[in-house]
Amino acid sequence: MKTRIADVINPSAIYTLWLRETIRFFRLRSRVLGSLGMPLFFLAFLALLPVEPSSVHGLRYIDFLAPGIIGMTLLFSSTFAGLSVIWDREFGFLREIMVAPVSRVSIILGRIVGGMTTSMFQGILMLLAAFPMGFRIRGLPSGGEATTLAILIGVLLSVLFMILISATFIGMGVAFASKLKDMSGYSLVMNFLVFPIFFLSGALFPLDDFPRWMRMLAYADPLTYGVDALRRCLVGVGEFPLLLDFAALALSGAVTVWLGAYLFERAEG
Amino acid sequence: MDAIVAERLTKCFNGLKAVDSVTFRVREGEIFGLLGPNGAGKTTLLKMLATLLKPTSGSARVCGYDVVSDADEVRRRIGVVFQEPTLDIKLTAFENLDFHARMYGMGKEERRRRIREVLRLVGLEDKADVLVENFSGGMQRRLEIARGLLHSPEVLFLDEPTLGLDVQTRKSIWEYIKERNEEEGVTVVVTTHYMEEAEFLCDRVAIIDFGKVIATGTPESLKASCGSAVITIAVDGSAQSRSRNQDGVAEAERLAAILSELEFVEEAGVRGCGRGRGSVVEVNVRGSGETCIPELVLAAAKAGIGIKSLSFRKPTLEDVFLKLTGREIRDEGEGGFKDFVRWTHVLWHRRRR
Ligand SMILES: Nc1ncnc2c1ncn2[C@@H]1O[C@H](COP(=O)(O)OP(=O)(O)O)[C@@H](O)[C@H]1O
Ligand SMILES: [Mg+2]
Repeated sequence: MKTRIADVINPSAIYTLWLRETIRFFRLRSRVLGSLGMPLFFLAFLALLPVEPSSVHGLRYIDFLAPGIIGMTLLFSSTFAGLSVIWDREFGFLREIMVAPVSRVSIILGRIVGGMTTSMFQGILMLLAAFPMGFRIRGLPSGGEATTLAILIGVLLSVLFMILISATFIGMGVAFASKLKDMSGYSLVMNFLVFPIFFLSGALFPLDDFPRWMRMLAYADPLTYGVDALRRCLVGVGEFPLLLDFAALALSGAVTVWLGAYLFERAEG
Repeated sequence: MDAIVAERLTKCFNGLKAVDSVTFRVREGEIFGLLGPNGAGKTTLLKMLATLLKPTSGSARVCGYDVVSDADEVRRRIGVVFQEPTLDIKLTAFENLDFHARMYGMGKEERRRRIREVLRLVGLEDKADVLVENFSGGMQRRLEIARGLLHSPEVLFLDEPTLGLDVQTRKSIWEYIKERNEEEGVTVVVTTHYMEEAEFLCDRVAIIDFGKVIATGTPESLKASCGSAVITIAVDGSAQSRSRNQDGVAEAERLAAILSELEFVEEAGVRGCGRGRGSVVEVNVRGSGETCIPELVLAAAKAGIGIKSLSFRKPTLEDVFLKLTGREIRDEGEGGFKDFVRWTHVLWHRRRR
């Protein structure tokens, strides 16, 4: 029996799953605003703190903070994708999906692409929300002029990194959703996981200020590289080379997406 | 060709045989019923045929394709309406159908035409743009059936399609399923624990209990095994029996024993006893039911047993189930007595193994 690529990766099914995810997303607007609320408050209140530029890589605190909060938004909204797997299971719609003549790979890809879109949308919304609070994009070349080209390249690259961050945490969410079958269990585990990931990522403070053992943990946190890359792309300052950020995120994304796909496939048969 | 061939199909859940070596065939174009009480294994059996559960052992072919090795081919050719709702309530009726049509690879024109068609068939054409969360249970059920038929499947699986619906809705859904079967020629497999449903809808029925098929046939042939009529006799246990310090149950048992001896009686037994009140004997008779009645009354009188009332009816599938298992099929609610019976049954069989 021969297997065609179109049978395994079915673009029209992936599009269909994506379409549903986006329709639902824009229909449940209150949920969106709710999930943006917390990052927005973090940004609004922390930006008021009188933080010396010398302690945050010579940046104004809002410029240091905003990329971190965008990372936080992506993290939170991506874990919602896992929650939607559980929702679908609880409301039975998962069965309608699983009985369709569509490969499991396409189903997972559709989920991930759909989750990425909604998560990216929220990340970009947060970026826009940062401007009225004084955030300014300086673009990529560190120390250089904020030319239009630098800004353009910086923004485009930051979108690429947002995609990688979303992929990483959607994969993680789907993996956990496949293991923990009910909503309360998932929320509990996610709370215990998501907040450490956020606080360790250096979204609020530079990693240099962390005790040594915490810094070790931070290096194992994919969001650390995501926030670092966003900061480099948007305000031109970062701790690691951009290529290292990219490699780390591409690796974490590949691992969690594969793990999510594997566990989902096993859980749903 | 047969639409479905199941051979020694078995599914175990942690040692519990939910489906136990089931073998049956469904012919193309027929409405086939799986009738059995709650927990009999109907849903499990259906899920295996619909490729959602892998059999522990045994095999099944749907439209000629193996449900394990050719799952995708099977999925393309079947429509499934599950026992629990599987609609996205945050989408409209149209969006739910559109999602389905796209997942089954239907083109734009075909999609639009078929969606309009099935919505009209289930009488929801003016509700196309309403969110499903605002639908009543009956409307949701109709929408699910419409969706199951949207991609013109060769076989439609319906798991308890009218569970929890009112009589009116139930009737209209039955009519609708029958029409689809007659007009589009779709083969239908329907599970139910409502015997009226099985009798009204099905060309053939398999009766299933504790994971095993215990009888298969047309509703008529199955009922014929219970004789031509069921006569219910309420024994008057008040007068003589009290003086003899006996209750109605004993009287009824005595009557059942006497009637069993009559040559036209297929079977006689005591049913549902009320304390202190007269008990009930049910008699399955062969031949013409009406002519038996005088003989039964005579036999009771000879034995000195009073009869309070007597009624006469045609046998139902309920009687068939009762005869085969000694229990009633009636719904006693999830997780109630039926589960208890099931577990004692399981433990009993384990111990004997
Ligand atoms: N996923 C499962 N895990 C363990 N036991 C199950 C599972 N699904 C069904 N069962 C058990 O299998 C038996 C048959 O269930 P089911 O097929 O749902 O019966 P029906 O549909 O006839 O009511 C029941 O005893 C049920 O508890
Ligand atoms: Mg069931």
